[in-house]
Amino acid sequence: MSEPNSPILKALTRETSISPEHAAFLRKVKKKIMMVRLTQLTILVLAFALWEIFARLKIVDPFITSQPTRIIQTMVSLYREGVLFQHIGITCLETVIGFLLGTALGVMAAITLWWSNFLSEVMEPYLVILNSLPKIALGPVFIVWIGAGPVAIIVMTLAISLIVTILEVLNGFLSVDYEKIKLVQIFGGNKLQILTKVLLPASFPNIINALKVNVGLSWVGVIVGEFLVSKAGLGYLIVYGGQVFKLDLVMTSVVILGTAAAIMYQGVVYLERHILGKNQRGF
Amino acid sequence: MKSVVELHSISMKYQSLNGEINALENINFSVYDGEFVCIVGPSGCGKSTLLSIMSGLLAPTSGYILLNGERITGTSKKIGYMLQKDHLFEWRTILQNVLLGLEIQRSITPQAKERAEELLRTYGLIEFRDKYPNQLSGGMRQRAALIRTLMTDPEILLLDEAFSALDYQTRLAVSDDIYAIIKKEGKTAILVTHDIAEAISMANRVIILSKRPGTIKNIYEINLSCPERTPLNSREAPEFRHYFQSIWKELDIHV
Repeated sequence: MSEPNSPILKALTRETSISPEHAAFLRKVKKKIMMVRLTQLTILVLAFALWEIFARLKIVDPFITSQPTRIIQTMVSLYREGVLFQHIGITCLETVIGFLLGTALGVMAAITLWWSNFLSEVMEPYLVILNSLPKIALGPVFIVWIGAGPVAIIVMTLAISLIVTILEVLNGFLSVDYEKIKLVQIFGGNKLQILTKVLLPASFPNIINALKVNVGLSWVGVIVGEFLVSKAGLGYLIVYGGQVFKLDLVMTSVVILGTAAAIMYQGVVYLERHILGKNQRGF
Repeated sequence: MKSVVELHSISMKYQSLNGEINALENINFSVYDGEFVCIVGPSGCGKSTLLSIMSGLLAPTSGYILLNGERITGTSKKIGYMLQKDHLFEWRTILQNVLLGLEIQRSITPQAKERAEELLRTYGLIEFRDKYPNQLSGGMRQRAALIRTLMTDPEILLLDEAFSALDYQTRLAVSDDIYAIIKKEGKTAILVTHDIAEAISMANRVIILSKRPGTIKNIYEINLSCPERTPLNSREAPEFRHYFQSIWKELDIHV
């Protein structure tokens, strides 16, 4: 992740006396970071402000484009009806379950494929096909088989994220330096020890990477699932809003969705930094 | 003198779809207790294959190896192996890295931990025990890797180009360092290298392998007249360059 400011902050708050040149350099770097943040914020505020102004001046039709104040009104009214957090909750829950299951099953499948070379060679063409198949095409199949409900949505999410996880983690395992494995073998280590002492810790960055990709894919899976099943959740609100031409509802849901997805992504980033910070300082 | 390791007509053929590769042919030699033997040969002559066979990781096509009179059939605690790179695990502290072998062999005891700390103290790494490998210099890392190997108390050390990943200056210093540790711990060692000078500077005997299929071409006893035999002192000895010349000719390297 691009997080250049933490070491700089550390450098800035360092107590030791620093030379004026170094202080000037740090100030310059800090200034640049602030400028980036400020510009980012300006773009966001400006976009929403222009959206609001254009809608008010009827340059664009707020019935079609909606507008920030109407989004807030929609949120308030959803909240008053008592369904706002229900919809958000259902979607988030489905996403988290799909995400965790996808990651866990994906890592387990990758371990199995690494364990048995025969199996991995047998599975290779199937994985390639499954990976290139647009999984969304399987949506109706899941609904018919499993029934329209949260389970079908979670299965949809799994279908989308599982194969990518398997490939990413397996790739991590295979890229571990063979000499490191040899080292464990020299000490008489068995296959399980190779896995736990070398492969899993060494491919931790790959697993985190898979998690990051999975966050996005899980949201895709859940929303597609909700589009197809349509009973509750943000995906349902979007489809419903589109059908009855309530673009306020659609835009509101999209804004909430973006916020929730960003929070979840940051959660993974936090996890990464927390674990890395604990076990692999400076790695 | 008591021989620690005996190789009896070791041959190795690799099978591949393109046919057979004859890597080693009829290798016989013994290594005596406390000896430092270097194996040199042109690249691709099967030096590393030979070490892998001695470590028990690889079974030879024919022949057998005796370690203290017993046949080697697989990896053994009695054999320590040092690889080209230190391969300290980045996610483990130095102490955890040093204990890796015992952890795998499930024999970590309080005494073992004490011994690890003792070795780290003796070889100047004690203040780094809770640091991670990337906080150490190349030389310190190689020393930590040697301590990791010594922790399982092997009777013989196999060093596979153990210094070649280091830059030249560090390499001279580290080979001096590692040599001193090996001598201090009284270990028998076999070093595979392509560096003739390194081999002469460290070895009691230098074994020269031929091009593929690797066979023993010659064995040189190294007798240097220098006051105290260390790799750096050895390079100063008057006989050094004669050995260098003869081994260089023997290797018969053309570009």
